[in-house]
Amino acid sequence: MSLRRVPRVSDLRRTALYDAHAAAGAKIVDFAGWEMPVEYLGVRAEHLAVRERCGLFDVSHMGQIEVMGQGARDFLQATLTNDVTRIGPGQAQYTLLPDDDGGVIDDLLAYALLDRFLLVVNASNIGACWDRISGMAPAGIEVINRSPDVGMLALQGPAWTGALTPVASPEPFSLQYMEATEAHVAGVPCLVARTGYTGEPGVEIMCDAADAPAVWDALMGTPDRPDATGLGARDTLRLEMGYPLYGNELSRERTPIPAGLKWACDLKHGGFPGAERMQREAAEGTPEKLVGIVLTEKGIPRGGCPVLVDGQPVGVVTSGTLSPSLGVGAGLAYVSSEHAERGTRLEVDVRGKPKAAEVVTLPMVDSSPRKEHHS
Amino acid sequence: MSDETYPAKLRYHPEHDWARVDGDEATFGITWYAQDALGEVVFYDPPAVGDTVTAGSSYGELESVKAVSDIIAPASGEVIAVNDKVSDAPELVNSDPYGDGWLITVRLSDPSELDALMDEPGYRGYIAGLSA
Repeated sequence: MSLRRVPRVSDLRRTALYDAHAAAGAKIVDFAGWEMPVEYLGVRAEHLAVRERCGLFDVSHMGQIEVMGQGARDFLQATLTNDVTRIGPGQAQYTLLPDDDGGVIDDLLAYALLDRFLLVVNASNIGACWDRISGMAPAGIEVINRSPDVGMLALQGPAWTGALTPVASPEPFSLQYMEATEAHVAGVPCLVARTGYTGEPGVEIMCDAADAPAVWDALMGTPDRPDATGLGARDTLRLEMGYPLYGNELSRERTPIPAGLKWACDLKHGGFPGAERMQREAAEGTPEKLVGIVLTEKGIPRGGCPVLVDGQPVGVVTSGTLSPSLGVGAGLAYVSSEHAERGTRLEVDVRGKPKAAEVVTLPMVDSSPRKEHHS
Repeated sequence: MSDETYPAKLRYHPEHDWARVDGDEATFGITWYAQDALGEVVFYDPPAVGDTVTAGSSYGELESVKAVSDIIAPASGEVIAVNDKVSDAPELVNSDPYGDGWLITVRLSDPSELDALMDEPGYRGYIAGLSA
């Protein structure tokens, strides 16, 4: 069996929770320059734990960039794709950071806080986001990279309140989806937000990095303790929902429009880089679209596999896995728009072997992060 | 999952494949180290009975949720049996890598190739060196 060698561990960074992961038996991998837990007991079991109950992820590798100062809202309105005027203090919004041509530098969550905005960006893009945002910032706007100081956990799954109730004060259960509030968890001051990237209800919790182990241990010490869940399950969970991953579905090569993210682009007002191109693409259609696919025979599609119709290439798989919820090979793919309709029969070329597939609606599973909690 | 073991009666290839030799036939599988590195196996794409496998070359694929790995033949020969149980329940490779998780049996075309394989102490020393 051929196994790829991993980079030398000494080059990689560890989150404050590294020891907790090691103690829990995590398999650690290099992820965007970090030693991160990809799985503990197994991706499939962790995935199903989040869909059915609750899981706890360490996402401390993600980046946090603060933007503050007079006119910060106008600056972000001219920098990000979504309409940031639609969120007030304590609200979050999915948005994208476009380059001058409308290509995607990153996708992110923008939080409006009392006196500033907080942008939570992908770990692999902290540098690119910082360069872009600080480079565009006019005098009087302060842009601060808080990433090294912030620990971040994601408590995800329908039973999330059971784990949070005994340790949170006040109990942040009146929060609606995409709302955030300050609260104490295990006595640690945190920003608790009804956000996440799994498709399940739950919260993401940010705190001082040094305090992250106390929050992790407290949640793990509750009677309804969550399962420790790794980045492997996070990837399969987001894939079933059709949520894009930067580097797979999103890049500078395309605008957000063919990825189906028009809803996160304020095309009505425009005024951000690439807006005119996105408006044109939205009006005229794009030659290709991002779709969900499932294989209708045994096999697993993988990123890079060609998509065929009648033996002719019509697209490419961007992410693929064995869907733990569906038990079949599933993926996301950019395909020619004429083959993007639900139910379209395709083939995926899996390393030379054509496998029958069809276009499915997203999400692939009956989940929603908006679902109400039990209590 | 299973405990880390490397049976003394097997021969080992540096790509983490084992061979259990029985006369001019040999059964192949992957080692505990390999299944641990791969994680939970969810798909096995085997060769067909009658196919020829070549020492040091891939004869099939094992996939975890996250990754695809080629399976390397420790020796050359013709496939005379394929473990269909692993096709139906790939996790057998994790739970019993040297037993029910075997992958194929071949009729060896050049048994002298086995001399190049490692014995158990040799393989243990080899994998200790990989993680150093």
